[in-house]
Amino acid sequence: MRNVWIICRKELRSYFVSPVAYLLLAMFAVIFGFFFWNILGFFVFRGMESQMRGQMMPMNVNEEVIRPLLSNVSVIGLFLIPMITMRLFAEEKRTGTIELLATSPVSDIEVILGKWLSAMVLYASMLLLTALNFLFIFKYGHPDWKPLVIGYLGLLLQAGALLAIGTFISTLTKNQIIAGAATFGVCLLLWILEWVSGYETATWARVMSYMSVLTHFESFAKGLLSLKDAIFYATLIFLGLFLTARSMESLRWRS
Amino acid sequence: MITVTDLTKRYARHTAVDHISFEVHKGQIVGFLGPNGAGKTTTMRMLTCFLPPTSGAATVAGFDVLEQSFEVKKRIGYLPETPPLYPEMRTAEYLQFVGSLKGLGKAELAKRVDYVCERCAILDVKDKLLGKLSKGYRQRVGLAQAIIHNPDVLILDEPTSGLDPKQINETRELIKGLAGDHTIILSTHILPEVEQTCEQVIIINKGKLVATDSVSNLQNRARGAETLLVEVGARNALVDPLKVQARLELVSGVSRVHLKNKREDRSTFEVESRKGLVRGDLARAVVEAGWNLNELRPTAVSLEEIFLQLTGEPAAAPAEEAVPAGVK
Repeated sequence: MRNVWIICRKELRSYFVSPVAYLLLAMFAVIFGFFFWNILGFFVFRGMESQMRGQMMPMNVNEEVIRPLLSNVSVIGLFLIPMITMRLFAEEKRTGTIELLATSPVSDIEVILGKWLSAMVLYASMLLLTALNFLFIFKYGHPDWKPLVIGYLGLLLQAGALLAIGTFISTLTKNQIIAGAATFGVCLLLWILEWVSGYETATWARVMSYMSVLTHFESFAKGLLSLKDAIFYATLIFLGLFLTARSMESLRWRS
Repeated sequence: MITVTDLTKRYARHTAVDHISFEVHKGQIVGFLGPNGAGKTTTMRMLTCFLPPTSGAATVAGFDVLEQSFEVKKRIGYLPETPPLYPEMRTAEYLQFVGSLKGLGKAELAKRVDYVCERCAILDVKDKLLGKLSKGYRQRVGLAQAIIHNPDVLILDEPTSGLDPKQINETRELIKGLAGDHTIILSTHILPEVEQTCEQVIIINKGKLVATDSVSNLQNRARGAETLLVEVGARNALVDPLKVQARLELVSGVSRVHLKNKREDRSTFEVESRKGLVRGDLARAVVEAGWNLNELRPTAVSLEEIFLQLTGEPAAAPAEEAVPAGVK
């Protein structure tokens, strides 16, 4: 456990002394800010409209602002996650520092967990930026806070799964760009898989859309803690980290 | 301290290390000598538990590298060919990171960082970014990283490659100073390096063990036959190289004279001699015949020549035909 923390701390330092972390945070803040402004603007517009018509329509901040916002965050994540994970192992392989880790009294699992945790912390700090926007909502509206917490939990779970997959892909190459591009491809694929459910209801289509990471986020966005979806993400996290461990081991036998 | 028995590493296409056995005792400095691609790095990687051996066994401080790799890793300091540095970290920060990875406690860590910085003469770059350090400093930080946890065994892969002569000397002195506290294996393809720093030599070529011997024995073997470079000239007259060659061949102890280079007023010969002490006789022979002795020096005994003597292979330089190790 101590070693996991040592590796995690080192990775975090690497993120935050290089421009990577700040670039990601800034990009995320701008894009999220745009969505926030957009969605809130539409909400306010609808509110004014209903007032002008003179008939009060039921309006719900949770349903109409927070839910779409969280869904958007989960999609932005798909684009930013490759940039978080691409360097994790590829860079160590390129500079040869992997040899230091592999010849230190630290197990592969500890190295992998440390790196994955650091990626999680970076993602979580991106989410932290959104807290600022939600503070405004709480100041001027009266949403229920529980669905929001569950939404955040869902985001973390979803990101954990994608970060684990990205970590695995990063062990496959020395080249960060290749790792990043491949991870982006996989993330994208895991998103668009759900689109088949739009026109097809056969079993294969349901299986495919079930594999999409976004379908499983829907209930979290609504504020429902669904065990089924949480287990789906947990399984993906485990699978990603397990593959990473296998890949690390095969590195020794191949190199 | 280190026992290696029948250690073998096979890849799909070739065998990088082929049934190597040797032993290193506590406190020794051992040079691991061989041309590029001989299997030095692969052997070291197996000793440091980075690569698992295909067959055979190796123990470090009594622990098996495959079965008890955790114990081995605790007792080994390893400097790979390129120092494993994170360019975005500062020297002290990096050493702290490596130290804590190796299991040092907080109080001990600070002490050890100060100690290795002083020992490796990197105090003045303690707060610099590793990415900005010069090659010599990088190498020394690499060494500092290897000794941070005061390991029993130090394994250094070409610790002086790519350094300038002054840095090479400093590094060698540093390594020599580390002996005694640590058992050291260092790999190199430069013979003088072994002569200067090591007590014991292990020579491998194409994955096979060629010889293990003490340095002084090896030097004697190499000196048994010496190659001298002789340049003979004349002030005014032309020199007939054939005549000079004939005269040189007459000197006792000379086994072969080979005309290397011929100009109008001087010629260069390569003289192979059996005994070690023919230089004086050679010089007198030239001067007494009325020629000028422009130059007389032993050609550096190259690794190839040692291989030649030890293995009886044809003169082709093994370094050039050696199979690439495929470990990079």
